[in-house]
Amino acid sequence: MIESTEVKIPLSGIGIRHKAKASIALIGNPNTGKSTLFNRLTGLRQTTANFPGVTVEKHQGTVELGNRALNLIDLPGIYSLDGNSADERIAVDVILGRVAGTQRPSGLLVVIDATHIYQGLYLMEQLLELQIPTMVALTMIDAATANGISIDVDKLRHALGGIPVYPVSSISGHGLDELKEGLEHITGVETPQVPASWPELSETAQQLSQQLGADWQRIDVIQALLQTHPGFEGRLSQLLGNEVVYELRSRLFGNEPPSAVEARRRYKWVKSVIDDIQVQAPLYVKMGARLVRWTNRPWPATLLFLAVLLLVFQAVFTWATPLMDIIDTTSSELGRWLVAKLGDNAFSSFLADGVIAGVGSVVIFLPQILILFLFIIILEDTGYLARTSFLMDRVMRTVGLSGQSVIPMLSSFACAVPSIMATRVIPDRRDRIATILAAPFMTCSARLPIYALLIAAFVPNQSVGWMNLQGLVLFGLYLLGIIGGLGTALMLKSSALKGPKPHFAQALPEFRRPNIQTVAIKLFDRGRIFLKRAGTVIFVVAILVWTLAYFPRMDLEQAPVSTTISESLDQESIESVHSAAQMEQSWLGRIGRTIEPVFKPLGWDWRVSSAVVAGFPAREVVVAVLGTIYAVGSETDDQNLSEKLRSATWPDGKPIFTLPMVLGLLVFYAWCLQCAATLATIRRETNSWRWPLFAWVYMTSIGYTGALVIFQIGSLL
Amino acid sequence: MTLADLAPGDTAKLDKIDTRDPGVIRLMILGLVEDITVRMENIAIGGDPLEIGFFGSSVSLRKEQARRFKVTRIDSASSTLNS
Repeated sequence: MIESTEVKIPLSGIGIRHKAKASIALIGNPNTGKSTLFNRLTGLRQTTANFPGVTVEKHQGTVELGNRALNLIDLPGIYSLDGNSADERIAVDVILGRVAGTQRPSGLLVVIDATHIYQGLYLMEQLLELQIPTMVALTMIDAATANGISIDVDKLRHALGGIPVYPVSSISGHGLDELKEGLEHITGVETPQVPASWPELSETAQQLSQQLGADWQRIDVIQALLQTHPGFEGRLSQLLGNEVVYELRSRLFGNEPPSAVEARRRYKWVKSVIDDIQVQAPLYVKMGARLVRWTNRPWPATLLFLAVLLLVFQAVFTWATPLMDIIDTTSSELGRWLVAKLGDNAFSSFLADGVIAGVGSVVIFLPQILILFLFIIILEDTGYLARTSFLMDRVMRTVGLSGQSVIPMLSSFACAVPSIMATRVIPDRRDRIATILAAPFMTCSARLPIYALLIAAFVPNQSVGWMNLQGLVLFGLYLLGIIGGLGTALMLKSSALKGPKPHFAQALPEFRRPNIQTVAIKLFDRGRIFLKRAGTVIFVVAILVWTLAYFPRMDLEQAPVSTTISESLDQESIESVHSAAQMEQSWLGRIGRTIEPVFKPLGWDWRVSSAVVAGFPAREVVVAVLGTIYAVGSETDDQNLSEKLRSATWPDGKPIFTLPMVLGLLVFYAWCLQCAATLATIRRETNSWRWPLFAWVYMTSIGYTGALVIFQIGSLL
Repeated sequence: MTLADLAPGDTAKLDKIDTRDPGVIRLMILGLVEDITVRMENIAIGGDPLEIGFFGSSVSLRKEQARRFKVTRIDSASSTLNS
């Protein structure tokens, strides 16, 4: 105890650490290795949240430096500050401290990809107008060298008005120490000079900002003049008068659109800088690069796309099986062990039938979901998803959209929530809303549990040609989702959301080798989100359903079966009849029978109906609820859930799960919007309740109708 | 001649751009401005959209926008063996 007072703590260290950490914003073009650099600098000390009011993700992390720590904010990858998309608007707003709840950064770390310095320098020139301490991390240096590009860093620094430039390789880590050393002093770096690419614009804006007062910064005036920020644009006209602003604009831009003139002016300068600082040796194109170039050609690319889709399917369903078997065995063994240990009572039933059967039936799908996300993340990281948008533009045109809607739609095969956020790159609001409403139709990973359960239980595992029947049914369900989504987009684009033909002007990233650390961090994130849902929403629903199914307890003496038919039945059958009767008169049974008439035309009994209703907040809950209902309802624990479903009957002994009923149920799940998170995301992204409400009513109706038609027609045959 | 008339592998210099199209302005922001040299990389099945390469980057665009870029062909893929 006494010794501890002797411990000497370097005072300088504490003093700085305990001050509020300075915030640095990390910004650059997409695919510049920005995320890799972010992970390299912060390690695992990072958090992900949304910027308030918008669904743009805010990644923050701590960089530990010699004797201070910095807060690093990773901003979305952008090409310009023109406010063309939500990403670009939020980046500018964050840097300028216009976002509530986000500290204004005291410095900028701009990431420029040495192999794409042309677009990098354009953004750089715009960022220099922000007048805050700025540094450059020149990434992909090794890739540039491999491509025969050499860059004179001193000349580059000079061209940018003397701001520090650090060449780094995020892969080898070369140059990272120098960058960190530089970051330590970033707040002391001088404010950048007027960018050299268009001094007339900067100087005009500078003068006006001084004239207009303290709440006008140079960038605000520039955005007002360029007409890239409606708020500032309107206020500037108000303050100076329309004639003065018109005069200024025609002097700066002639009669061309301001953004076009800006692009011309700045890129002209960028081109001259590149001629000066970059030496590109003609190089023999390597085998790998040639192969990639060849696979980008239309026919090879299309075949490759189909092959990748097939591989993803195959992987999700075959690679995951062994792991799923392990989880299945573990959870049922655990349940049995608990009952054996604690005796057959309310508490052991609660743990075994409620918690373990409920949560376990969802957690079992973790391997499939991780494999699916692994593929999507790799495809995203390599730039391949953007490639597919090029291939699919033609298809999307037939429904009135463009290839820009392809990435959101493909990523909603994993989850609709990030995919709805990914629509923010779509510039036209109508196209964006049509994509947002089409995305929830795509078969997301939460639909997999119910598909997998029903297909495994009711579709024979036999081969049809070289395909498997179960695989074919699943493929059909994916197709059904695509048809629903594209049909919805077509309907909306030719009615409520009719607008000008979308353009398909976008950057196409080249193939990049995925970074293992980045992929691992993203995958870990997705797994955590899934388990968190299983541990919270699904956990609570499973407990609730168990309680409703277990209480009130039936008086066994008065059980209807005990006297009349007990002689002809063995002990096990009596127990099973007992538990069925218990289920019937439980709270859940009573609620279920109240809502049963609504779903009776679809061939669902009260158990299925209550499971479906319980699944409205999160569709994967349905499997947990079925797991709980059938666990409580049966004493024979050696059956798994799909066997229990197969033996479920109506009171008259007819099976409930007939083929038309199961197919109808599958169609219901393909089209119905059972996901509170998706609705909340639509609400935030469209900024109104109208669209989420429409999506919910619309998707639920067509899901119900689809199931009704299939069951009724199927039952007649 | 416009960007839409190039064959895969052709290189050309951009001469004049008609800016009366939001898609064209977006392409300019991505770096497709006068006096640079571009290369027609790929044309999708069905003849549209197009992929244009310049300064190590690529952009995609539709023919409708490509027609607004006047170009002079520098090198034709069919005239040289190794493009």
